[in-house]
Amino acid sequence: MKDTNAAILDVVNLKTVFSTRDGEVHAVNNVSFSLKPGELLGIVGESGSGKSVTMMSLLKLLPMPPAEIRSGVIEFDGQDIRQISDEELRRIRGGEIGFIFQDPMTSLNPVFTVGFQLVEPLRVHMGLSRKAAKKRAAELLELVGIPDAPARLKDFPHQFSGGMRQRVMIAIALACDPKVLIADEPTTALDVTIQAQILELIKELRQKLGMAIVWITHDLGVIAEIADRVAVMYAGQIVEHAEVKELFANPQHPYTRALLETLPKMNEARGTRLASIDGQPPNLDHTPVSCEFSPRCPYAFERCRKENPQRREISSAHDVACFWDFTSGGPFDA
Amino acid sequence: MLDENKPRKKPLVQVKNLKMHFPIYRGILKRQVGAIKAVDGISFDIFEGETLGLVGESGCGKSTVGRCVLRLYEVTDGSIDINGTDIATLSGVELRAKRPEMQMIFQDPQASLNPRMTVGSIISEPLDEHMIMTRDEKRERVGELMDAVGLARRFADRYPHEFSGGQRQRIGIARALALNPKFIVCDEPIAALDVSIQAQVVNLLEDLQQKFGLTYLFISHDLSMVRHLATRVAVMYLGRLVELGDAETLYMTPRHPYTQALLSAVPHPDPAQAGNIERIILKGDVPSPANPPPGCTFSTRCPRAQAKCKQDSPKWREIGEGHFAACHFIE
Repeated sequence: MKDTNAAILDVVNLKTVFSTRDGEVHAVNNVSFSLKPGELLGIVGESGSGKSVTMMSLLKLLPMPPAEIRSGVIEFDGQDIRQISDEELRRIRGGEIGFIFQDPMTSLNPVFTVGFQLVEPLRVHMGLSRKAAKKRAAELLELVGIPDAPARLKDFPHQFSGGMRQRVMIAIALACDPKVLIADEPTTALDVTIQAQILELIKELRQKLGMAIVWITHDLGVIAEIADRVAVMYAGQIVEHAEVKELFANPQHPYTRALLETLPKMNEARGTRLASIDGQPPNLDHTPVSCEFSPRCPYAFERCRKENPQRREISSAHDVACFWDFTSGGPFDA
Repeated sequence: MLDENKPRKKPLVQVKNLKMHFPIYRGILKRQVGAIKAVDGISFDIFEGETLGLVGESGCGKSTVGRCVLRLYEVTDGSIDINGTDIATLSGVELRAKRPEMQMIFQDPQASLNPRMTVGSIISEPLDEHMIMTRDEKRERVGELMDAVGLARRFADRYPHEFSGGQRQRIGIARALALNPKFIVCDEPIAALDVSIQAQVVNLLEDLQQKFGLTYLFISHDLSMVRHLATRVAVMYLGRLVELGDAETLYMTPRHPYTQALLSAVPHPDPAQAGNIERIILKGDVPSPANPPPGCTFSTRCPRAQAKCKQDSPKWREIGEGHFAACHFIE
């Protein structure tokens, strides 16, 4: 499913495996997606579904070993990232691909000032002088809405609140005008009012800077608000992928449907029982040989337990990895 | 009762003017230089059999309220009346006798279970402490509790690390139920769980409430889950309550500017509507509770704040039937 329409990032059949004492963990299984310039791709899934590992694999941010990228092609801006040297990779990390991590407390270095951490990528990647870098750093802090930016460059991360720290993280990620921004649960650790501020900020920055964004989250509400396209992950695989309106209006994978149903609605009468997905997410200790969702799936039948469904297209921008066909109400015939 | 047709519900828990100030010590002599006013004078009732939702941003003092209500902290001021006894002034022995009536479910199921104890011994610990039972009776009771929360009895000899997050939370719930409490404080019981597991635990809490007639104080920052679960909802900001009312009324017609902003900030899982929602974006962050702003504590971020708000603290008053708020500008 290679999308050649001038994608800036194109990932095909990525497979990442961890070796542990108790055997292998297949965290990412044949994940493929592409990202066009200026687009926001949302990746949704529960913890352990492989969302973060997928993104970390792209830039080899995982400790190897135990992690190993077993197969796949990661094409960024025309070059295969898996083939290039560490030197070149370092240029891309933080330079052409920016990364925002989930927890702003642990991903900033507590012993350096915020200014130092902002200036560092500018000096290394952009080759700016100390003075120019400092000026740009102040501009960046202002861009992300931190009041009194030049003075705050001298502050340490602990002197910022959670929301402000996340803004600093965003400023660092944006420092070198990245073509792609990968945001790994950037608002999960924040309160709703602060989350609303950050979402507004991202929308504004997208218009201003026009970069492509991959937004990882488990919150479908956030996705509904900002994403153009959505990929749903379960057990290390993308199970459904569609444009955001299509996915919410016409979900085709039983897991996506169940996820949407478990959400309590803000405008729903009290007393209605929440739909829940029974059972637990699977262990990832083997390559999938059957549908990983089948033990929890109300539609599962014979074939689901024998064969792992591949992603099939239902309409031009919508594909799903499931043998059940909701339109006909029966198994899908290949 | 004046009105015979409309029996007033009986409050099980009555909190009056509760204050919890944590002292700040500085210098070599460790002199007290100030206090963090985590909870600064709040009053509310919880009626028998209802769920009172307590919402607010992190750091607003909602967990502190939960702990004060069970007197896990020595409160600075105020009274906490549970089922007719003011527990704020009870002596240690009396308080201990009262404990079986009130229990707590904690946020982090990993941290609130002793990793060296088996599930069976975790659930039977309250029985060891408060009841006189033979070993067989205890084993039977543990079995019943495990059935009630949906854990298989054969897991009794396993350790917490062998369970998933949702199952661990079930162990915590079973422990809280062991002594047949009337009142349970649920402090963010689902915050650490995945979406698909959250629904399982919430449904379980609702079933147990029905079955055992429990009363909950449900503390959470997840506004849509509180709406689903709570009968009435209290909104907290910087150590004070800003609004309290029937869940339906509060969510449909929030009156306090903070409640309005908080509710509008919740993302809706519906992209078709994403453009139509009017959102109130609050500027800035929550001020420090060690040095709260004078007057109305919300005045620094309030879109409607006037000069008056920065001087006078608004009174907590009833603005509709059973609907309370603290703001100068609500008619």
